[in-house]
Amino acid sequence: MTIALSINGLSKKYKPDFQALSKVSLEIKQGEIFALLGPNGAGKTTLISIVCGIVNPSEGEIRVNNCDIQKDYRKARQQIGLVPQELSLSMFESVWATVNFSRGMYGKPRDDKYLEDLLRKLSLWEKKDSRIMALSGGMKRRVLIAKALSHQPDILFLDEPTAGVDVELRQEMWAMIRELRDTGVTVILTTHYIDEAEEMADRIGIINKGKIVLVNEKQALMKKLGSKQLSLELSTAIPSIPSSLANYKLELLDDGHKLTYTFNSQDEHNQIPALLKSLEEQGIEFKDLHTSQSSLEDIFVSLVGGAK
Amino acid sequence: MNFYAIRAIYLFEMARTARTLMQSIASPVLSTSLYFIVFGSAIGSKMVAIDGIEYGAFIVPGLIMLSLLTESVSNASFGIHMPRFTGAIYEILAAPVSALEIVLAFVGAAATKSVVLGIIILATARLFVDYHIAHPLLMLLFLVLTSVTFSLFGFIIGIWADGFEKLQIIPMMVITPLTFLGGTFYSISMLPPFWQTVTLFNPVVYLVSGFRWAFYESSDISVGVSLAMILVFLFICLSIVMAIFKTGYKLKS
Ligand SMILES: Nc1ncnc2c1ncn2[C@@H]1O[C@H](COP(=O)(O)OP(=O)(O)OP(=O)(O)O)[C@@H](O)[C@H]1O
Ligand SMILES: [Mg+2]
Repeated sequence: MTIALSINGLSKKYKPDFQALSKVSLEIKQGEIFALLGPNGAGKTTLISIVCGIVNPSEGEIRVNNCDIQKDYRKARQQIGLVPQELSLSMFESVWATVNFSRGMYGKPRDDKYLEDLLRKLSLWEKKDSRIMALSGGMKRRVLIAKALSHQPDILFLDEPTAGVDVELRQEMWAMIRELRDTGVTVILTTHYIDEAEEMADRIGIINKGKIVLVNEKQALMKKLGSKQLSLELSTAIPSIPSSLANYKLELLDDGHKLTYTFNSQDEHNQIPALLKSLEEQGIEFKDLHTSQSSLEDIFVSLVGGAK
Repeated sequence: MNFYAIRAIYLFEMARTARTLMQSIASPVLSTSLYFIVFGSAIGSKMVAIDGIEYGAFIVPGLIMLSLLTESVSNASFGIHMPRFTGAIYEILAAPVSALEIVLAFVGAAATKSVVLGIIILATARLFVDYHIAHPLLMLLFLVLTSVTFSLFGFIIGIWADGFEKLQIIPMMVITPLTFLGGTFYSISMLPPFWQTVTLFNPVVYLVSGFRWAFYESSDISVGVSLAMILVFLFICLSIVMAIFKTGYKLKS
C-alpha cells in the first residue's frame, strides 16, 4: 500500500490568535477517494490550502509521495491539482487561455490534444473561446476542474466540487471522479453533502474545530455506527408508552400513531421478537412496519453534535 | 527553472495589456503629447535654452521618465493586485514556481510594456520637438533599468495595497510630485542652493539627470552617480520583493 499523502502533527494558527487546525495527522492511500467531512469553519479548506502551498503551516510535516512540501516543493506540487472552493478565476480570460495558463504554471509543455479531450469531457469545448465571465456558475466550476487537471496530477484536491452544481452535472462529476480514480489518481474531496461522501468515498474523515474526529473505511463506519430503526404504524393511537415496555428504546410519534424502536444493526441479539411479543401482550396492534438504516448524515450529526 | 510558468505568466500579462491597449498605451501617449504641445512647442518657444539645449528638447527625457515611472508602477501593481483581488492568485501560490520566477514573469511583462511605451513616446515627441540622442545605447540602458526598477516597486505596492484606492495613491501622490520636482521641467542649478540640496534626496532626480545626459551629454549630476543610484534602488526593491515571498507577507496567511 503506497501512501500518497502523509500529514503529521499539522497545526495552524491564524493571526492574531485563532487555532484553525490542531495536531492533525492523516494518511491518504494512493488511488483512493477520501472524503473530508465537517461543518462550516471546521478547517477543511485550511488543511487543503496548506498541503497545496497556499497557506503556511504553523507546525507539522507534510509529504506528498515522499516529497516534503516545503523542502521539495517543486516535486511535491507538480503532482497536485487543486479545485478551490471559491470561483477564483480571472474573468477576462478565455477558457482555452486559462487552461493553457494552468498547464504552463505546472511546468508542462503545450498539449492541445490533451486539453481538447479534457474540455470535451467537461462539456466545455464549445465554450473554449468564451470569456470566463460569460459562463454560468456551474461552467465556471468545471473550468476550475479543467485547470486542476490540465497538468495531469497524481493527486487531486476538490474543495466542495459540487457546490452550486445541478443534479445532472453532479452525477457526471461523480462519474468523472471515479474514472480518474480508476486511472490511479488519488482524490481528496471535501463536501457538505453527505450523500456525496456516501456515494463516492472509499474512506471518510470527519473534522471538527480543527481536529480529526474520526477516519474510517466508509463501509466500516456505516456498519460500526449505523443504528437501525423499526417503525410501527399503530392501528389505534396510544396515549403513552406503557411502563412495561420501558426498557426498550422506544419513541412515540405522530400523536401516538407511530412507535419507533432504535437498535444497533450490528447487534446480533436485538430485541425485536421480544418487543413484538410484548406489544401483542399489551394488545397494541400495528398495521404496517418498516426498518431504516441511519445514513452517514445521522452519524455525522451525532459525532459533530456530540463534540460541541 | 520553470520556464513554462514564466512564459505562462508573461503571456497572461501581455494579453492583459493587449486587452487594455487604450488605457495602457494610448492614454499616456496622449497626455505626454499634450505636455509637448503646451510646454514644448507653445511655451518652449518663448523660453531661453537651458545649458544650450532648446527648452522643448530639454524636457523630452524628463517627460518620458514621468510616463515610464507612473506606468511601470501602476501596471506592475495592478498586475499582481488583480489576482489577489479575484483570488486567482491561489494558482500562482500553489504552482511549482519559485519567488524569483514569479517576479521575473510579472516584472518582466510590466517592464516590457514600459520600454515599448517609452519608445513610442520618444517617437511621438519627434512630431513636436527636435532632439538628438548622443548615446542611444546608454539611453536604452536607462530606459530598461528604470522600467525594471519601477516595475519592481509597483509589484511591491500591488502586494502591500489592500484596495484599489491605495493602488492609485502611490503613482498619484508620490511618483508624480517626485518627477515634477525632479528636474523634468528645469535644471536643478536653477534652484536656490538650499533646494538644490533637498532635491538630492529625490531619487527621480538621478533618473532624469542620467537619462538626459544620454541625450545631450549635459546633466546636473554625473552620469556615473545616476547609474549607481538606479542600481541601488533596483537592489533595494529586489530585496524587499524577496523578503515578501520568504515571509509570505500578505500573500499567504
Ligand atoms: N485567512 C484567514 N485568517 C484568519 N482566519 C481564517 C482564515 N482563513 C480561515 N480562517 C478561519 O479558520 C477556520 C477554518 O476555516 P476553513 O475555511 O478552513 O473552514 P472550512 O472547513 O473549509 O469551512 P467551510 O465548510 O465553510 O468551507 C474558520 O473559523 C475561519 O474563520
Ligand atoms: Mg472550506
